[in-house]
Amino acid sequence: MLKINIEREMLTSEGTTTLKVDTQIGEKELLCLFGHSGSGKTTLMRMLAGLNKPDRGYIEFNGQVWFDSGKKINLPPQQRNTGYMFQDYALFPNMTIRKNIEFAQKEKNSREVKELLTLFGLKTLQKQYPQKLSGGQKQRVALARALASKPKLLLLDEPLSALDFEMRLTLQEEIIKAHEMLNSITLLVSHDIKEVEKLATSVILLKNGEITGQGNPNEMMKKIHISY
Amino acid sequence: MNEDFVNTLLLTGKLAGWTTLILFIIGLPLAYILAYKRFFLKPVVEALISMPLVLPPTVLGFYMLVAYSPEHFFGRFLEQTFDWRLAFTFEGILIASIVFSLPFMVQPLQNGLGAIPKSLREASYTLGKSEFITFIRVLIPNMAPSIITALAMTFAHCIGEFGVVIMVGGNMPGETRVASIAIYDEVQILNYDVANQYSLVLFIISMIILTVIYSINGRKKIFF
Repeated sequence: MLKINIEREMLTSEGTTTLKVDTQIGEKELLCLFGHSGSGKTTLMRMLAGLNKPDRGYIEFNGQVWFDSGKKINLPPQQRNTGYMFQDYALFPNMTIRKNIEFAQKEKNSREVKELLTLFGLKTLQKQYPQKLSGGQKQRVALARALASKPKLLLLDEPLSALDFEMRLTLQEEIIKAHEMLNSITLLVSHDIKEVEKLATSVILLKNGEITGQGNPNEMMKKIHISY
Repeated sequence: MNEDFVNTLLLTGKLAGWTTLILFIIGLPLAYILAYKRFFLKPVVEALISMPLVLPPTVLGFYMLVAYSPEHFFGRFLEQTFDWRLAFTFEGILIASIVFSLPFMVQPLQNGLGAIPKSLREASYTLGKSEFITFIRVLIPNMAPSIITALAMTFAHCIGEFGVVIMVGGNMPGETRVASIAIYDEVQILNYDVANQYSLVLFIISMIILTVIYSINGRKKIFF
């Protein structure tokens, strides 16, 4: 269970606004954060990973407090054990695909690296460097690397936004695969309605820093069509 | 070849080599702090590091000479504690050279760190890696061109140093007489042939170093 009750000032194109999120996310949810640019999706993800600090509030994951402004608790990203997939994938250019995945492991385990390479169809690319890969291949490596650290929480920040339509369809399956393998909570930022419908088990709608809806994808889709 | 000529060039190489090595060790953490940390006096620290770029070398040399004097705190401390006198010694010109070449090492390293996408550092942190491990395994390998530029610029700048060295070290063969000073000295006694030999060696070394830097910087970017 992920409990979030945080506030943070955000700078948007329309001026300063406050991101206010008060919600709980259940076990094994694949939750999509849906909203326009500047609605606070990425800021929320970064605060969960410990990359940005909320102004006030608390974050608790499975009983462990990650952030509590009242008690001055703020676990660094290294202690939160999240698998964060960045929009630019952030693969390390100095490492091969295999080394990227190995680097993420807490303890070296060749068998697990091999499993991840096989699962995401990267076996033939393992000795290549990230610069040589296509967008879709990079996305797969980034997913495999995020899973290699055995995260408690998977955070995917617009993982498919840079890809063409066909590639998106294929890689949506990979995301479901990654979520099932993790067997915990996955948060996915998207502003593609079809993607949300296909992937999500629940949806949070964000607008100008506030949650305007939370529920199952069907209910939320109706709301999206009306409000967005 | 004249023994004096060879010794002077070896001393010049020794000064530039030690300066570059020591500055690399000091410059890496300094560049990291300046590139990524925010603190109250940061602009002052940046200005101090950049001062040798705008300050006449004789000004810095003068202050260092004063500081080395046993009549002042730093010089007195060194003499009473370690029995060291730095004025007109190799160690003295080495310290002056380190201070004077600081921006040539720190600025390329700082720029190199600044050019690495923030997401690489953040990805490493979310994978549980400390700042130190991230620095060693992610940042340093991805700024190799900046490191080579910093090392080469520092070395090249150092072999051409004149003002600071002559102020702090004078012109003592085998101890403080580096090539740039030897050129001046030889011209003073109208010994143009030897001055020409020194000048040619410095010209060729500097040309090679700068060509290496430009060829490295001309390579395509590796990030995404």
